[in-house]
Amino acid sequence: MSPARRRLRNYLLLGTAVALFAYALQRLGLGPISLLEAGLLAMTPLALAAVGECLNEKAGVVNIGMEGIFMISAVTGVWTAEAFNSGVMGLLGGAAIGAAVGLALGAISVYGRADQIIAGMGLNIFALGFIPFLLISLWAFPGIHLFPNELMVPRLFTPLGQISPVTVGAVAVAILAHFLLHRTVLGFRIKAVGERPEAVDVAGLRVDRLRLLTSTLGGALAGIGGAFLPLGWFGALVKEISAGRGFIALACVVFAGLEPMLALGAALLFGFADGFASAVAVTPGVKERIPFYFVSMIPYATTLVVVALVIGQRRFPRTVGRPYARE
Amino acid sequence: MRARWHFPRPLIELTATILAGLAAGALLILVFGHNPLLAYRALFIGAFGSLQDVLETLAFATPLMLTALTFSVGVRAGLFNIGAEGQMYVGAIGAIAVAGMVRLPAGLHLAAATAAGMLAGGLWAVVPALLKVSRGVHEVISTIMTNWIAFYLSTYLALNFLTGARGDSTRPALPTARYPVLTEDATLTAVIFVAVAFCLVVYLYLWGTRAGYELRLAGENPEAARYAGVNAGGVMVMSFVIGGLAAGLGGASQIIGRPPAWALYATLGNVVTLGFDGIGVALVGRNHPIGGVLAAFLFGALAHGGRLMEYQAGVPSELVRALNGLIVITLAVPELWTLLRRRLAP
Repeated sequence: MSPARRRLRNYLLLGTAVALFAYALQRLGLGPISLLEAGLLAMTPLALAAVGECLNEKAGVVNIGMEGIFMISAVTGVWTAEAFNSGVMGLLGGAAIGAAVGLALGAISVYGRADQIIAGMGLNIFALGFIPFLLISLWAFPGIHLFPNELMVPRLFTPLGQISPVTVGAVAVAILAHFLLHRTVLGFRIKAVGERPEAVDVAGLRVDRLRLLTSTLGGALAGIGGAFLPLGWFGALVKEISAGRGFIALACVVFAGLEPMLALGAALLFGFADGFASAVAVTPGVKERIPFYFVSMIPYATTLVVVALVIGQRRFPRTVGRPYARE
Repeated sequence: MRARWHFPRPLIELTATILAGLAAGALLILVFGHNPLLAYRALFIGAFGSLQDVLETLAFATPLMLTALTFSVGVRAGLFNIGAEGQMYVGAIGAIAVAGMVRLPAGLHLAAATAAGMLAGGLWAVVPALLKVSRGVHEVISTIMTNWIAFYLSTYLALNFLTGARGDSTRPALPTARYPVLTEDATLTAVIFVAVAFCLVVYLYLWGTRAGYELRLAGENPEAARYAGVNAGGVMVMSFVIGGLAAGLGGASQIIGRPPAWALYATLGNVVTLGFDGIGVALVGRNHPIGGVLAAFLFGALAHGGRLMEYQAGVPSELVRALNGLIVITLAVPELWTLLRRRLAP
């Protein structure tokens, strides 16, 4: 099949999917506004983590440990929020721990010349055990922790419905990252260090510092996203809080071919699938008919289908995932 | 490559990384106000304190050597297959469906239930395999998504079609479909022999057959494999399917080969995370099927010993899984980790 025909087919498939989706919505009696609210909430952590990871991979470092960062920063965020009695402080706590983990992972990659895929997966496995351990150690109760409602990050009320300020922040971060990458000297350096680290080195710039910078920044953004899960969205902490979202964020990055604005779009798409699932799960008249288990599959199935349809040939930086060593 | 196995260096390296992981874990234990020495002492005694404990450690090791095999066969073919988790859920469902719903003569029933578990796991692995071969979808993404889909599908099936009397688990496997328990005091059953045998078969396949050689060549040097006329797609599918069979057997082993439940909990509580645990086991076992069997013993010891650690030192046993992650991270550092040289194309 020629590329043009393939593209046409993909657009047709996508169009059909959207039409079916709209039809399904009407049948379910879901309002567009409640869906928009749910979708934007679900978009926020994905967008934050994905934009950060776009910058990180542009600089040549891969972090597949975003799932782990989500989990660790969700718990740390709630803990900080309780300590300072403020949800916003919780977000900052999440950012701080995310930055620390990102820096550590970056240091292992840059100085330890680690296999970044394995290190990232190690982080995920670590979090899988560390989170239940933390929940018991901090609050002496297994698997779940409820915190006072006042600690939730307050939402903004608009004529079109509620929106979290963090969502607005996530959109701003994507735009800023776009400008950083394509309009500033630092952005060119980040791209250069992913493509030709030896040239950056010869130009007298520090390859290691640039890469540590992006991995720390990426970790901090994922950390805000992780703290947002309990403090801006769910209102509770459970040990499975991330539920694969770190990997959906990774799918956004792949989908976007490392472009922050496209990553935002992908996060919106996957966020809608997630929001759609949460909205359906509580809609009376529907939740009795479609088993919850199938509704819960929607975000994952959507991610699979979308990535399979649009992945095409994305071009990644030449040295992505590989450590740099002077000759 | 070959010389490495005659050399004590990898063993020294491995011991060093594991000690580094344990040291990092000790720091965590200390930070949360427990005594690391007491904790590790309890962990060790819990795992090896008596013959019963050693047998119990082996029971814990059984599923791990299989999910480790899933990851190892993936790496050997140049894949980062982290789908053991979901393939294992589906394998557990396949096993309990045949073991709990079908009536067959004793020996045949056991074989059929085992085969059903393996086939279910193998089929589930075909999805990411085909997505990879036909659309180039990276296996890290596709396997995690299929893991979650498998989680909800398995919970749904467990609660709606295979429900037991109490509603918190599936119906139990019929006595004709249970592996014989080897000793009164431990949950070890004969399924461990099947698990080890399967690892051995995969080892012989990888190092003793042409197809196995092609699989390893494709993983080691894709360019050379292409020039040698190796069918890259076929190799990937094969690697995924072998991995799926292994993980499926791993899931089945917890249902028809593990007292006292002989059933799948509705929360999937008796299988969850065993698939991810296998990644660490595989890496410690140097992505070798037999290495994985040995490493599984180590991780089985952590899992079983963790229970006494919780009881005696008050350290929540979940820490053991965090230790697993720390060991994986230390293994990622190349001075200690040189075997895996994979090309990265997300």
